[in-house]
This record gives sequence, structure tokens and C-alpha cells, in this order.
Amino acid sequence: MDNFEPKIVAFCCNWCAYAGADLAGTSRRRYAPNIRIIRVMCTGRVSPLFVLKALSIGADGVLVLGCHPGDCHYMEGNYKTMRRIPLLKKMLKQLGIEEERVRLEWVSASEGSKFAEVANNFTQAIRDLGPSSLRPSKRNSEEAKHG
Amino acid sequence: MAKLKIALYWAASCGGCDIATLAIGEKILKLAEAADIVFWPIAMDFKYADLEKMPDKSIDACLFNGAIRTSENEHVAKLLRAKSKIMIAYGSCAYEGCIPGLSNFYNRQMTFDRAYIETPSTDNPQKVFPQTKVQVPEGELEIPEFYDTVKTLAQTVDVDYFVPGCPPEEKTTWLALEALIEGKLPPKGTVISHSIKAVCDECPRKREEKKIKKFYRPYEIIPDPEKCLLDLGLLCYGIATRGGCGALCPQANMPCTGCYGPVDGVVDQGAHFLSALSSIIDSNDPEEIQRIIDDIPDPAGTFYRYSLPDSLLRRARIK
Amino acid sequence: MKKIMIDPITRLEGHGKIAIFLNDDGSVANVYFQVPELRGFEKFSEGRPAEDMPQITQRICGVCPEAHHVASTKALDALFHVEPTSTAKKLRELLYSSFYVTDHTTHFYILAAPDFVMGPDAPPAERNILGVIAKVGLELGGAVIRTRHENHWVIQTIGGRPIHPCFGLPGGVSKAINEEERAKIEEIAKSSVEFGKLSLKVFDDVVLKNKEYLDMILSDTFTHRTYSMGLVDENNKVNFYDGKVRVVDPEGKEFIKYAPRDYLEHLAEHVEPWTYLKFPYLKKVGWKGFVDGKDSGVYRATPLSRLNAADGMATPLAQEEYEKMYSTLGGKPAHYTLATHWARLVELLYAAERMLELVRDPEITSTDIRNIPTATPDEGVGIVEAPRGTLTHHYITDERGIIKKCNLIVGTTNNYAAFYMSVKKAAEDLIKPGKEITEGLLNRIEMAWRPYDLCLACATHSLPGQLPLEVTIYDADGNEFTKLSQGIS
Repeated sequence: MDNFEPKIVAFCCNWCAYAGADLAGTSRRRYAPNIRIIRVMCTGRVSPLFVLKALSIGADGVLVLGCHPGDCHYMEGNYKTMRRIPLLKKMLKQLGIEEERVRLEWVSASEGSKFAEVANNFTQAIRDLGPSSLRPSKRNSEEAKHG
Repeated sequence: MAKLKIALYWAASCGGCDIATLAIGEKILKLAEAADIVFWPIAMDFKYADLEKMPDKSIDACLFNGAIRTSENEHVAKLLRAKSKIMIAYGSCAYEGCIPGLSNFYNRQMTFDRAYIETPSTDNPQKVFPQTKVQVPEGELEIPEFYDTVKTLAQTVDVDYFVPGCPPEEKTTWLALEALIEGKLPPKGTVISHSIKAVCDECPRKREEKKIKKFYRPYEIIPDPEKCLLDLGLLCYGIATRGGCGALCPQANMPCTGCYGPVDGVVDQGAHFLSALSSIIDSNDPEEIQRIIDDIPDPAGTFYRYSLPDSLLRRARIK
Repeated sequence: MKKIMIDPITRLEGHGKIAIFLNDDGSVANVYFQVPELRGFEKFSEGRPAEDMPQITQRICGVCPEAHHVASTKALDALFHVEPTSTAKKLRELLYSSFYVTDHTTHFYILAAPDFVMGPDAPPAERNILGVIAKVGLELGGAVIRTRHENHWVIQTIGGRPIHPCFGLPGGVSKAINEEERAKIEEIAKSSVEFGKLSLKVFDDVVLKNKEYLDMILSDTFTHRTYSMGLVDENNKVNFYDGKVRVVDPEGKEFIKYAPRDYLEHLAEHVEPWTYLKFPYLKKVGWKGFVDGKDSGVYRATPLSRLNAADGMATPLAQEEYEKMYSTLGGKPAHYTLATHWARLVELLYAAERMLELVRDPEITSTDIRNIPTATPDEGVGIVEAPRGTLTHHYITDERGIIKKCNLIVGTTNNYAAFYMSVKKAAEDLIKPGKEITEGLLNRIEMAWRPYDLCLACATHSLPGQLPLEVTIYDADGNEFTKLSQGIS
């Protein structure tokens, strides 16, 4: 596990978490470069499919970051996320993927520090967990080719 | 016009798809008029040696059912693909893996251990273990290799059409056969069914707003005969399953289990159902949400009942 | 040594192949009946909710899914300690009887009849159901197709779907039938009774009146004297849905009779390395190898065995045919393997008559079809007669009813040792030095296993594993009595 650097995908909602990530940047808050941010308009847009796809193509961890409950720009979007992610994690556990590889957090536009903290904290947790068993180099190359 | 040559074959299958072909009843005689069946182990005595002698592309269409579980399944799939102009994945096993696909929660070793170490009726003092090659006094015997992972037909060879269902209902089967006989097949890659929409479209039950405070196991309640089963809290998969079957199970008061596969355009049927089901949970309180989720005892097995090999992850990871 | 392969065997359900080794002089040195398939149901059922098992296990076999569905549902009744309602039991048995009509029809006409109607040596292109229909005519052919189609409609009406029904629940069934459906089922039952009588007549005309076939049936080549197993009701009459398992010895004397939960006291499974399927045998006699006779634990569970193990049929027309059959065969028990085809048709008639009895029962349209379970689930065994033999489903769950362990002994599996022996003997008797081995000759060897109505997808639900080994023995109340193990630390 030397030199294992996790690949983390973070789905960030446009109005809160993405803005928070921006703020972390402009405030010169350092956070792990392992995070690849994908901006969505709302975490409600994050289909379980996206999380599975990220994991299947080699992400070691997936973050879903959105507005605090009650603050969703589209009113209800993050409530849906609140229900989807726990059920997805339960299912992932059955599929042999550690539940800890997927995390849901609320980060508002003004929480630049929190964004950095979550990013670093999660990256370390995944570093400790080790590479995902879905990483292409760990599977036979045939399975890695599926579309 | 020359008769079509067709072949029907079963890989890791239950035989239900062959019975489903017979379920077309008297239409079998129309099929017999239009086509010569050159290979069909359930009903005809052509052997592998006969198949191997056939020239490539001499079979007009092959209806292949069953998942790819062993080296023999893989070998015959490739053989039939070479000999056939058109390859049809007939039934859920060939299309998405179906029930044999549930084996992808485990691996070969675990499956082996169960049958010999654990099953209470097994008597094996000599500690015998089936082998792919065995030397007996008279010579050598072979049995196929049992793979760790079940695959779909399309993950093994190029497939032209898919006929969904476990097994496909009579009208779905005839839709495909009629298209074949009349030479009116749809574009390559089509999933042949009367519907591209969900089962709900065909279901006569009355749907209202879905707000679930509790999910029920089917033996816990007697459902109202008119109302949508999902509204009542049963895990009805109809919302994320392709129609064309006539919504038979909900009309028998049992929730749909998803055997016709995903609706058009959906890549992972289980994720699709998970997403929709979560949306209708009626709570914004994390603890209550967790309690409601606990009512679902086997998410992966329920959501990927028929489609685990065809899902994005394809199988569970074993430590 | 030369090896001839029959690969794959055909006109059955499932995958199999036969290896025949010949000495240099052309005589048979040995024969191996290999089963090259398996899927692993006993393992992947673990973690599944028990109430899903009828629908999961029925995908062991699409020719006899109703057998697994009903055995599984009965296991659930036991598991949840809930008694089904009277109407639910009758609906289950009604569906089951209708299913027997379709399945036995499928076997006799589509899988078996081509050998007798077209002849064992007919070219493969003709030796199939299409050839049979062309030869016997559209009237009989149409009757076969219609009987199957109509009874699949019955299965759909009671069970939800024509193949892979969905109606089984612990404590009952999911759907009732109304008077309109009942009346139509009654008409179909009546036609099925006529069809049963017709099929026995066809058998008489095509097989029994043909000296070559009658000689084949009564020949030593196709005979083995084994124990016979079948489910019987409280009057020791054949019943497919419920009762106790009765085994008689080769002379016809009752050897054991047990309730479903005691099956582990009586059955064990032997293993060979050249096949994925195991060989069950009677524990109280022991495994003596691939031999028949009273001292060998090899037993058969086929239609003929069921008729041997019972004292008669519970319906009048079938009882007449039962008596006629045994009178022709020279008494009970009968060990002529090819006569299994005959016994199957007697059962077809019984199933149709039973269907008619049940559909006329005043309770059959009642809507009292479910008892909701209240007890905590733990362990249950359900047994039915699958068309191919006694079928046992055994589940152990946690307190939420999630499967922890599953053990299945399936119809065809019971007969593996016997049908292997039947094929071996046929090969040894029919292949002679200097005699040409034609396709027809190889087909006659296959005719030795066809009476068993093989369902090898059923048989190989599970996967043979390896040592070490642990055997658990349960007492009559289903409690663990003792555990023996080897090689486990």
C-alpha cells in the first residue's frame, strides 16, 4: 500500500457545495488534490448509477456534497439524496464494497473550511481503507472493458 | 422461398425458455412451415458433432437461452455465433444473467464448499472432488470448467437481438418469431417487446401518490385488490421494469420482480429501481429513513434479482 | 481403448453426455454418464428473503417450476409455523394436478414418443415431435398442443403466470379464483381426463401392440431391481402434493416411511470426480456401488416407483389402468424401466381426475386463501412429488426469515445411480464385437435413460465441492442429534 493515492470523485451541487469548494480555493484553504469535482445542479441529480459508475471505473471513494436539509435550491432535491445514499450504501455492502467508500455531507456556499476538512478527512479515510477492489488493475482486463 | 434454418440452444438455463417457445401453442406449426430446426437439444437428436459440421453462417438465426456459466456454455455460444447469421439472446438469462446470475454474490470456491463441506446430506469420506479432467482405468473423462463469474451472452459474443422475460411470455416470443419469419426484424440491438415503457403502463391497479412510511414483506399483508402494490408498501418492481408481459404478477396480487429487464435506455436496472424507490420514502429524518430502509432485507438481491451479471458492477467483490 | 461420446444427450431437460469405452475387440469396457452442468442454487440462496424462495428456486427448472414453487411454499409453511387455509391447499393441489397434465404430456409426446412412433432408428431429422405430428396426424397432434396450452392457462389463472408462477406464500396463496374461471377449469379438466384416456390408448396401440417394443420393455437389458420411492397419502395411495415418503424394497415390502422433516435420517449423497451431480442412496442400506438389488442403497423415484411404492391410485379410472398395467407386467412391484412410460400415463390420467375432483369442490372459489404468519421463522422442510421424483426443499433462516442455509434434493437426482446403471447395461448388451455402431444403436442406448424423464438442470442446482466434510443428523423433531466431521479443525 505504499504510494497509494486514492482517486476520489466528488459530486458537488452548484448552489452550495460547489460554491463552498470555490470558497475553499479562493481562501487558500489547502485540500487533498485527490478530489475530482463534478458539478451538478443539485445532489438530487446524483443517480445511484453515477456513484456505481464512478466506482466501477476505478474511483476509490465517492463524495456527494449538497445543501443542508431545508436549504435546497430546488426545495426537495437533497431530501431525495438523503434517502438514496443510505439505501445505496446498504446495497454496496452486499456487493462487497465497503460502505465507507461513499459519503454524503452537507456543505453550504459559505463553508469553505468545511469543504476542505471533508475532502482531507475522506481522502485519509480512503487511504487507510486501501484501493478499491474495482480498480482496473485489480480486476481482469476483460471486465474493465465493459461500457 | 427456401425455408429458414434456425437453431435453439440452452446454456446455464432452466429449460423454461424452451417451454416458452412451445407456449406459442398451435403457432409452432406455422414456425415449422417457415423454418427447419437444425439444432434443438430438448426436442431433437442433433448432436454437437452435427453442429460442428455445419458451414459458417449457414444457420439463419439462433435463439440462444441461458447464461454463460461454464466453459462448455462459452464454447457453444462462440460456435453458434460463427454458424449463425443472426444471434438472438432469448430470455432473461442470456439477456442479463437472470437467476443463475445471483451466483455472482459468491464465487466458485464458496459454491463448492457449500455442496461438499456444508450440505447435511453429503457423504464424502474419500474426499472426492469433481475435476475438469479425470483419469479412469479406461481412459480420460472431461467436464467443463465452472467459472467464478456468470456472464451474459452479449458479454461473450456479438448479439443482434434481445427477447426479454423469465421466460418471455407467449406474445413476446411470437413477436420475435413472426418478425424473423416475415423478414421484418427491427434495427440491430433492439430489445423485442410490445412495450418500451414500464410495467405500470399495462397494470390495471389504481395508482395514487406514493408516500411510503413502511415497506412490507409479501407474507405480512393481504393487499387491497385494486390499489397499486407499491403504494401499499410492497416492493413492486414494475416501475423500473419493461412491460410487454401484461403485468401478470400484480394481477395475481404479487409484486413484480423485474424479469423483463430494464426499460429502454436504462443501463443498470437495479440502480434505477433503487433510485425510484428511495424517492418515495416519506421522510426527511435520517433516523426514520434508516428504519424504513431496514424494512428492505435484501436490497442487492431484490434489485438485481435478474440483472446482476449485466449490472455496472457485474458481481460482488469477495475479500 | 476407443471412446465413443454421445454428446449432448437429447430429448430431455438439461445437459448430459455419455462416454462409452470399447475394448480392442469391440466389446464395452465401461460406460460413464456425466452431468456437465450446475449453477449453485444452494449457495446463492443464502442472504435471500425466504418468501422469495418459491420464485427463485423455481428457476432451477422451467419444465417443472411448479414442483419447486410448491415444495418451496410448503417449506415456508413449515418455516413460519403457519398452516395454510383449506382453500389454499386445494388451490395449490389443483394447480399442481394441472401442471402434472402438462408436464407428463410434454414428456410422453415430445420427449419420448418419437422413439416409439418414428422408431428408434429413424433419421434424427424426423425423430422428433414434428415428425410425430406429421405421422399421427393433426388431430392427435392438435390435441397434444391444445391440452398443454389449456392447462398452462389453468396454471396462469391460479398461479399468476403460465411458466414460473408467483402465487405461493407461507400460509396460503396470493390469488383466489372466481366462478367463471372455475367453470372453465372444469371444462379443461374434463378434456384432460379424455386426453389421459386417449394417451393410454395411444400407448397401447403404438407400443404394447408392437411386439418389438413389448419385448424391449420386458427384456432384461432394460430391467433393474431397485427400491422404489414415492409420496403416499394416509391410505397409501399416490399423492403428488402431500403425504409421507414411502420406500418399498425390490420385493415390494415397505422399508421406510418418513415425514418431510426426517429426510436426513434416510438419504445421503455419494460423489464421483467425473461428474458434477451427486448420487443419493438409502442410508439404512448403504452405498454399495452401481449395483441393484436389496443390499444396495440405490433407489428409484420415478412414476413407476411411485406406483410401486403405493397401494393404488386414489381415483377410479387411474386405478383401473394401474391394475391393468401390473397385470400385464406380471405383478407388483415392476422393475421394467421402459414401463415407466406407461406408469407416467397412468399418472397423467390420475392428475386429470384429481383436477376434476378439486375443481368441483365447493370450497375452491372461497376467498379465504391466506393465513398471516405470526411465529418467528427458523427451519422448515417441504416435500412434493416432482414428475421426475421426490423433491425436498430444506431451509434454515435467521429470525427475520433471511436464508442462512438451504439444502435441496431434487427429483432427477434421486435417480442418478439408477439411470446411469440403465445406460451402462443397455450399452453392454447392445454393443457387440463386430456389430456396427449406428446412430440408431446409440439412440437405443439413450432410450435407457429417457423413461426417467431427466431434468438435469434440476439435478445440478448445486455444485459439488471438496473435503473436508461435515454431516449433521437431525432427530425426528428436526433437532440436531449429532454432527460428524472430517478434516475440519
